[in-house]
Amino acid sequence: MADYRNMSIGELLSLTPPGWGGALLDGLVLSLQVAASGYLIGLVIGMAGAAGKISGGPVTRDLLSGYTTVIRAVPELVLILLVYFAAPDALNHLASAVGLGPLEISPFVAGVAVIALVQGAYATEVIRGAINAIPKGMHEAALAHGMAPFTILRRITLPLLLPGALPGLSNLWLIATKDTALLAVVGFTELTLASRQAAGSTRHYLLFLGAAGVLYLIVSLASNLLFKTLERRMDKGAHHG
Amino acid sequence: MAEPRLPPHRLILIAIVVAILVAIGTQMHWEWVAQYRGEIGKGILLTLILLVSTSVAGFLLAIPLGLAQARGPRPLAWLARGFCNLIRGTPLLLQLWILYYGLGSLFPYIPGLRGSWLWPVLADPWIYAFCALTLSFAGYEGEIMRGAFAGVPRGELEAARSLGMSPFSILRRIWLPRAVQRVLPTLNGELIIQLKATPLVATISAIDTYAVFGRIRQETYIVYEPLLLMALIYLVIAGLITLGFRTLEKRHAS
Repeated sequence: MADYRNMSIGELLSLTPPGWGGALLDGLVLSLQVAASGYLIGLVIGMAGAAGKISGGPVTRDLLSGYTTVIRAVPELVLILLVYFAAPDALNHLASAVGLGPLEISPFVAGVAVIALVQGAYATEVIRGAINAIPKGMHEAALAHGMAPFTILRRITLPLLLPGALPGLSNLWLIATKDTALLAVVGFTELTLASRQAAGSTRHYLLFLGAAGVLYLIVSLASNLLFKTLERRMDKGAHHG
Repeated sequence: MAEPRLPPHRLILIAIVVAILVAIGTQMHWEWVAQYRGEIGKGILLTLILLVSTSVAGFLLAIPLGLAQARGPRPLAWLARGFCNLIRGTPLLLQLWILYYGLGSLFPYIPGLRGSWLWPVLADPWIYAFCALTLSFAGYEGEIMRGAFAGVPRGELEAARSLGMSPFSILRRIWLPRAVQRVLPTLNGELIIQLKATPLVATISAIDTYAVFGRIRQETYIVYEPLLLMALIYLVIAGLITLGFRTLEKRHAS
């Protein structure tokens, strides 16, 4: 076993063993993969949810408000347990009922599912608010020009709703990256758990947990910068009007 | 054109939900609830205490944080903004672990601490849970308070000054009440987010609602039922918070 007590900080954080830097970066990559997948699926759910809440029938609307209310009130940690332990069981019951073999849900897929479910609920509200802020006349004008519904979505609704939705959506992305840390609780080695494993094996707790914190900060600062640039571009477009 | 609160389709949906709940209640195994009743109650109580105490302490901390960012001298403003960005840029779970495992691992090296009265406090996970959740609430709320302080119209403050109020009474009687008025509508959501953050303390072996149900699952080997009841408990607490704010808003509106 490596003598961690007498190693320098540089050696401890080095990318190759016995340093733990590589393990931290692997964890960061996993975190970002889960966050990005969950975020994108969440956006799709959010678009569909917003469309349903605005132009769906009364039953669709009630079901959707049930979804957004429940998901936003139950702790993510509880949802993670439900998806991790209860959903595979239920899926297997279903699979054996239709004559399929036992299904295996990988921790990665379960993690993405939880993030997507949560993001979808919040994204529904963000996108709905942005769509409601679009003047009705825009949509009616497009209809009067004889545009097909999909063309209206692509050329009128999406470009008009993005500037209004962007601040909310950038906030959701930051929440997604931070929510991946909760997967540590079910033993998924993303950044937070990787840093704790490094800390536990080397007994350098502050160093490794702090290093993970710095990595998260870099991700959040970089994301902020990116979204700010995007917002500025959108604003320019909006003023050309 | 007021839509009736209970149109037919909604009655049917409610009936379906009730039927599912009845099926869950009668078809699944709930014998363990009686046995663990006391512990569940204690867990809920601790969750509520943690929620209320950290929200209050966090909010009190958010006032100077917001004030410093809105109108403080530059170094103070930077410090406050840095703190808020630090809190908002990292996961709460990591902050909790940095306090508990990171700082906690340093305390044994401080000479004389082990024998002092502080030691039992520092050996208890609750103090770390309280600190982490308080700092987190302060970080998020501090950012909101910054906007609220900055958004109070300058004319009101100038009017107070021209009446000869001292800076402290302006803050106490005009600035702070007006700012708090502005953040009240967001407080409902913030409290629910804080409620959803409390189960994290189970990872440092503080026994809240979440931890109690974790133990139940381990001891009884029951998969679904404890998870469902736990989700329901958090739903009810969140619902009560929202209901409380609704009544509060209604009373202030009238």
